[in-house]
Amino acid sequence: MRIFLAKRVFTLLLTLLVATLVVFVVLEILPGDPAAVMLGINAETDTLNALREELGLNRPVWVRYASWVADLVTGNLGISYTYDVPVSELILSRIIVSFPLALLAMTLSTLIAIPLGVIAASNHNKPMDFLVMSFSQIGIAIPNFWFAMLLTLLFSVTLRLLPAGGFAGWDAGIVPVLKSFLLPTIALALPQAAILARVTRSALLEVLQEDFIRTARAKGITNQGALWKHALRNALIPVVTIMGLQFSFLLAGTIIIENVFYLPGIGRLIFQAISQRDLIVVKNLVILLSGAVIMINFMVDLLYAFIDPRLREGEDV
Amino acid sequence: MSKIKTIVTLIVLSLGIAINASSVMAAKDTLNLGMVLEPTHLDPTAGAAASIDEVVYANIFEGLTRIDKNGAVKPGLASSWTVSEDKKTYTFNLQKGVSFHDGASFEANDVVFSLNRARGEGSVNAQKALFKPIESVTSKDSHTVVVTLTQPTGSFLFNMGWGDAIIVDKASAEKNKSNPIGTGPFKFLKWVKGDRIVMVRNDAYWGTAAKLKTATIKIIPDPAAAVSAMMAGDIDGFANFPAPESLAQFKSDPRFTVVIGSTEGETILSTNNQRGPFKNLKVRQAVAHALDRKAIIDGAMFGYGTPIGTHFAPHHPAYVDLIATHPYDLEKSKQLLAEAGYPDGFKGVIKLPPPSYARRGGEIVASQLRKIGINLEIIPVEWAQWLDQVFKKRDYDLTIVSHTEPMDIGIYARKDYYFAYDSPKFQALMQKLDATVATDARYKILGDAQRLISAECVNGFMFQLAKHGVWNKNIRGLWENSPVQANDLTEVYWVD
Repeated sequence: MRIFLAKRVFTLLLTLLVATLVVFVVLEILPGDPAAVMLGINAETDTLNALREELGLNRPVWVRYASWVADLVTGNLGISYTYDVPVSELILSRIIVSFPLALLAMTLSTLIAIPLGVIAASNHNKPMDFLVMSFSQIGIAIPNFWFAMLLTLLFSVTLRLLPAGGFAGWDAGIVPVLKSFLLPTIALALPQAAILARVTRSALLEVLQEDFIRTARAKGITNQGALWKHALRNALIPVVTIMGLQFSFLLAGTIIIENVFYLPGIGRLIFQAISQRDLIVVKNLVILLSGAVIMINFMVDLLYAFIDPRLREGEDV
Repeated sequence: MSKIKTIVTLIVLSLGIAINASSVMAAKDTLNLGMVLEPTHLDPTAGAAASIDEVVYANIFEGLTRIDKNGAVKPGLASSWTVSEDKKTYTFNLQKGVSFHDGASFEANDVVFSLNRARGEGSVNAQKALFKPIESVTSKDSHTVVVTLTQPTGSFLFNMGWGDAIIVDKASAEKNKSNPIGTGPFKFLKWVKGDRIVMVRNDAYWGTAAKLKTATIKIIPDPAAAVSAMMAGDIDGFANFPAPESLAQFKSDPRFTVVIGSTEGETILSTNNQRGPFKNLKVRQAVAHALDRKAIIDGAMFGYGTPIGTHFAPHHPAYVDLIATHPYDLEKSKQLLAEAGYPDGFKGVIKLPPPSYARRGGEIVASQLRKIGINLEIIPVEWAQWLDQVFKKRDYDLTIVSHTEPMDIGIYARKDYYFAYDSPKFQALMQKLDATVATDARYKILGDAQRLISAECVNGFMFQLAKHGVWNKNIRGLWENSPVQANDLTEVYWVD
């Protein structure tokens, strides 16, 4: 277990270092001067220079890279060029939107998908299986932004029960926040649930063919019992893998849903920062997200070990 | 099983309660105004983004003068002024009893500080040119400021009404980006980044108090989301609705008023006057004759927009209608191209920034120019790229941009500007304009200037951007037009 952990931590750090280099180089290549973006087309040359000096853009490339990495290590993310507030504060204000939303969507998706997957598998080739698979096919086929628009049309425009978008802010209390999260959560969770249900079903079907299930059945356990007690745990590895990938996506890749519901989340911050050449925000945000994805993978690995004891003891599987 | 049932019932019930609690009607002294672009910060003296002025101008910050909804210069923090005989010395008498939102009192030294800061060495003011004519700013007493100019500047009082020329307090100036402290009728309350900016009425305001108690600017970047937000009643209005294609839907809905106004945005087919075939006046004339303005306005702007024949706002009294000087005429256009030595046309590049007027308009322009043999490669760029490649490096043949600054015909006198138009004749006109103060004489010079750039076909002049206002039919007092980049909320109120 210790070697397992050490290996993982080492990979984690190495990936992060490579990520800093890639991000920095890519942003250097990207055309566009942050000062020009901020001051627009009527700005005078000396004004632009004054701003570039203020932002530290006139320093040599390697100095900027080194000082950035050094700042990163000490936890100083700098000041946003465009917003003029600490980057950490900016990112935090978005994480408190994106993270709970991702968590809610993941929870909802899991609560829907796992039972559906189990139902489909235990009714293999029966009408119930067909029904679940049809649902999941539709869920995969429907683009989530379109589904989101349908939800707004029904619940906000027609029924006027929920806001069409926006984020009430945590200081408004839990109920307004949950209300602003409800539709986005559903819009994000259902397509994910559709995929997850399929994965659960096929993983279960595979495990159900295994010898140990037949043995368990031979010893007198019911079909349902074998399914819940023995098959599900063994089918969890692919399910957890997909969940890990989905959570990473939910954290950073929800920009379209954030736009439909005009939620101030991480995805929109990145998009905005790139188009305004707020390079300092882009750099740090990408690194933090890489870190988050790596952490999620790390946790998924730990979960594997929890699900499958053989991994814990370092056996080859 | 019954336990689960109870839990499910509880969840459903609590959702129901939550939903009901929201449907309480909003009090009528609050306003939720939608906006597409979020300002990057809230200091108009340190950024070009129109979105900054659209939040803070006249609401939080004020200048010496103030531009009203018709574009006229009105007293602002200066209650009156006198101009010397030689038109070079302006004496401003300041309003008394004015204080900044943090309690600091407003006095002459604040004006001196603000103007010197804007024109000073380390200034990051995006419109520093406005302050160029200033020679010195001095305070005569605590409520009198004397500004001397190096030469008479006819537009000086108008310029002092720009958002870039607002008066700030030395103590709070550096913090204005995130915590704007002005003298206006609204105080900044909070900014939930990416979501909304909230302002509350300044009860200690020196002038007529605002009628609204709270004004919230909601940021909604996506046009489809903007439609839903309006339909759902989350937003009371958009001073400028992002999607002209949706206006018909609002027009047919009795809950809303749709007001089409004018802006200062001349939307032009900017041309690199020093590159390739476009150096040739005949080629530029050919382009002018090949542009079907109506098709462009209909196709790109769903019919909203006023054709222009020069770089000037049609609603301005000095505007000269020059559309007829280059009417849509393909035969003439082809003939001009042949005379210029391009009987079979040529290839070129059109770079299009993100706004829909540019992207949609660009496709139409490209197809129109193809008819006379000019084959344009369409390259979409984002703003940062546009500023870098087109604006700074002039690496383009054609592009489409709306120049939204008010009264900006002067840019044609900058020979290093991105359309690379170097005309001593035009530059002389602008110098003459600066030195002229009498309105009639100024208008005459402005007319000559418009005729000159139209005759020389510096750019393809297409249309004046319209302002698509959509708001609840019970709201009064929002600006129909935008003579300056602003959403002045001081006179906004609700009727029943």
